[in-house]
Amino acid sequence: MSADPNAARLVVPDPAIATAHMKISRAHWAVRQFGKANRVTVLKVAEAVARAAHVKAGHYADWAVRETGFGVVEHKKLKNELSTLPLLDYYRDLDLVSARILPDTKMVELAKPAGVIFALTPATNPIATLYYKAMLAILSRNAIVFSPHPAARECSLDAAKTLADAAESAGAPAGLIQCVEDPSVPLVQEIMASDKVAVIMATGGGAMVRAAYSSGNPAMGVGPGNAVAYVDPTAKVDATAKRLVDSKSFDNSVLCTNESVVLTLDANRGNMERALRSAGAHLCNASDTDKLRDYLFTDHGFNVAAVGKSATWIADKAGIRVSPSARILVPVITAPGQDDKLFQEKLCPVLTLASAVDFRQAMTIAAQILKRGGGHSAAFHGEAPDRLLQFADMLPVYRVVVNAPCSQGAAGFATHLPPSFMIGTGFAGRSSVGENVGPQHLVHWTRIAYNSDASVPFENFDLSALDSKQPNQPANLHVASRAPVAPNGLPDSDRDMLRQLILEELRGLTGGQK
Amino acid sequence: MFNYGFFSFESKDDLLQRAAEYWNPGKVQFWSDAGTPMVIDRREEYFLHDMSGKRLIDLHLNGGTYNFGHRNPELVATLKSGLDYFDMGNHWFPSVARAAFAEQLIKTAPHMQYAIFGAGGAEAVEIALKTARYVTKRKKIVSIIKGYHGHSGLSVATGDERFSKIFLADRPEEFLNVPFNDPDALEQVLKKGDVAAFIIETIPATYGFPMPDDDYLRECHRICRKYGTLLISDEVQTGLMRTGVMWGWQGYGIQPDIMVCGKGLGGGIYPISACLVTKECGGWLTEDGAAHISTAGGAELGCLVGHKVIEMLHRPEIISNVHFVTDFFAAGMQEMMARHSDIFVGVRQRGVVLGLEFDHPEGAVAVSRALYENGVWAIFSSLDKRVLQFKPGVMLTVDVCQEIMDRFDTAMPRARQLLKTMRTAA
Repeated sequence: MSADPNAARLVVPDPAIATAHMKISRAHWAVRQFGKANRVTVLKVAEAVARAAHVKAGHYADWAVRETGFGVVEHKKLKNELSTLPLLDYYRDLDLVSARILPDTKMVELAKPAGVIFALTPATNPIATLYYKAMLAILSRNAIVFSPHPAARECSLDAAKTLADAAESAGAPAGLIQCVEDPSVPLVQEIMASDKVAVIMATGGGAMVRAAYSSGNPAMGVGPGNAVAYVDPTAKVDATAKRLVDSKSFDNSVLCTNESVVLTLDANRGNMERALRSAGAHLCNASDTDKLRDYLFTDHGFNVAAVGKSATWIADKAGIRVSPSARILVPVITAPGQDDKLFQEKLCPVLTLASAVDFRQAMTIAAQILKRGGGHSAAFHGEAPDRLLQFADMLPVYRVVVNAPCSQGAAGFATHLPPSFMIGTGFAGRSSVGENVGPQHLVHWTRIAYNSDASVPFENFDLSALDSKQPNQPANLHVASRAPVAPNGLPDSDRDMLRQLILEELRGLTGGQK
Repeated sequence: MFNYGFFSFESKDDLLQRAAEYWNPGKVQFWSDAGTPMVIDRREEYFLHDMSGKRLIDLHLNGGTYNFGHRNPELVATLKSGLDYFDMGNHWFPSVARAAFAEQLIKTAPHMQYAIFGAGGAEAVEIALKTARYVTKRKKIVSIIKGYHGHSGLSVATGDERFSKIFLADRPEEFLNVPFNDPDALEQVLKKGDVAAFIIETIPATYGFPMPDDDYLRECHRICRKYGTLLISDEVQTGLMRTGVMWGWQGYGIQPDIMVCGKGLGGGIYPISACLVTKECGGWLTEDGAAHISTAGGAELGCLVGHKVIEMLHRPEIISNVHFVTDFFAAGMQEMMARHSDIFVGVRQRGVVLGLEFDHPEGAVAVSRALYENGVWAIFSSLDKRVLQFKPGVMLTVDVCQEIMDRFDTAMPRARQLLKTMRTAA
């Protein structure tokens, strides 16, 4: 026996979970008020939060890299910035607050925010994701509680506080933006299953995303990517190679939108190799490729030590000699079998190069590669609209970025796609959303729908009646307008009890099985 | 059949009959007559389940005992953990749990020096009064008319004669009363210089939470100091964040010489109370530390739970929640008063301590019954039955708060009907 004499003699119940539940409760108080805020208030808060976030984009980029060891400070700074004012500008005119009157279809639509969002943020993009999700929550009038990846806990907590302070200073209620202090797997599982959580925004490992979907709560989880970039013979190889290297080296490739494999035709491979080399890539010979494969893929899957590290760092660890200026490593698969591990997702600046005999075979290989990372992104380089259409039609992805760096392009920063750090992987990626997630996904609408028969008139609505009810003061109650509970109507609590009774009855019927 | 393993009852009626036979016929009869014959079976969060299956939201909280709700999971886990190591402990000896808890309590009121533990509020009041007599070498104690500080020997003598005369426990020669909110009356009594202490609940609960005037408590403190009388704050119902700060007196700009707390200190799962005294008042603890002895006072399990209670009350989330609940009921009750102004005539509020005034000498009895019928349990003030004590917990959620208001609104017509019957009968 070598019991630690200083170990606690009593088991102390972990306060983290209880505290997290209290944060959810607090968020409910906040959303009670902010969920009825008018558009002016929403934009004022959004603006204040975006500015505060923008000012500290570099500070947190530095902190995140220091704390996690992933990525490149200047690239993280850029991503953080993009999630602030540019994001706000993109959505500024999307009104998710005001009621809409549609006389043509005799409908009125009233926005109903989700309520309390429970949001997971990853270690690879901790601040950009946190910024982005907070902005979405504000624009949709929801409260948000973050659970950061434990590896990025410190910077995430601080950033959440910065945003919360800015929101409060701009008139938002306390508790609108919060962050759990001690994230852990049991905590996340328990909070995800809480009936007080309206929707989960899950970004993280596949297991976490699946757990979000299994929680019993509505969830928006996005699966991993494994983007294939096809370089058609019509592509301008030098420009393409430069885009690929820029994209793949961006933030040491921690974005799930980064290219994983570049695929071209055999006839074009030499050209691509030369162009990639001049764009700053290190082209691996057969022995380098084997070393890299062995280093990156262990028996337990991808070597996490390599995540977000630089090309030269990885080359050193893998035992490959490269020029100190090498920006990415390019292993080359000359005979693309379907099982080569280098075709899997690599969250580091390693871009696998392969080639096919013809376009048809290229598509087959691409489809095989995308069996991992389905529903995510692919890129097409070239000027061949017919082949582009076939490519996009056949592959199980929901965005094909054309003649642009995929890491930024798919995330909406070099294309006109919505700027996003949640890339919906849709049904193909076992997700409920196939688009880039935006604030509109966090609001549902109550639709007042009149009889379509022309003899039933549509009426005039005075929407200011709604505005006068905006509770911007704390705890604004409108008891007078509430109808008393009808004798045969059931108040919510009784309904809960009823639900409970039904559940118990069901349990009885199924012999104790839920 | 209500089979509890250790004992069982055929029905709620069976229980009521046996409770009347072996326990307390008067209380059984009283609640039956009042139309609120509650026998609590299950309980969790802020919900009570009567043996009939009826669910009630608890706004009585036994005066704040259930500040964190019923069987708060964190507190239950703490007590269970404690049971694997501690028991009540030996009250003669120093103990780790008592020392740690005492130190933690003193940190919440740094001008105090010692925490002396009891098992209930009355015992802590007893300690406070004895301490005051020790320090001043005077016997007289002053309290307010309709004040309430417990049911034991000295404590019951401070209160309304309803609770003392029946037991011949009133001592009018030593225990004097002055009207609340009347500093001049206090000065008249203290003038002779023979009063050991003035004891007052920061907001008198059993009197229906009348609010002290702005300067009242500060003025009382000044007068006390002038005549060498100690000020004892009874914080049994106003402590533990219930007025928005840890101790009620902290919000009134005074620093009492002695302070008493109980109820919620034990989290509703292990009884414990404490009397905090300044260094000047704690002399007897040096002279004869065993002058006051209590086997159950400061039981180590209670200290452990109390320690957790104080820790939880420091969490920003809890403090924030108290403010949300406070604001909610402030606005909500104004609205209710506007809607039911014919019977509902006043609101007294500080934090989550509320007294609701109704326009009838026994108005709160009727309202309590109407609320009970509508799934809310709130009790009238024993010494002013116009006033309903309305005591939300510090962890209440927005949904339950809203439900309370909805049920309150629904209960008002019934309250109106009951009051009409009472008026006709009278």
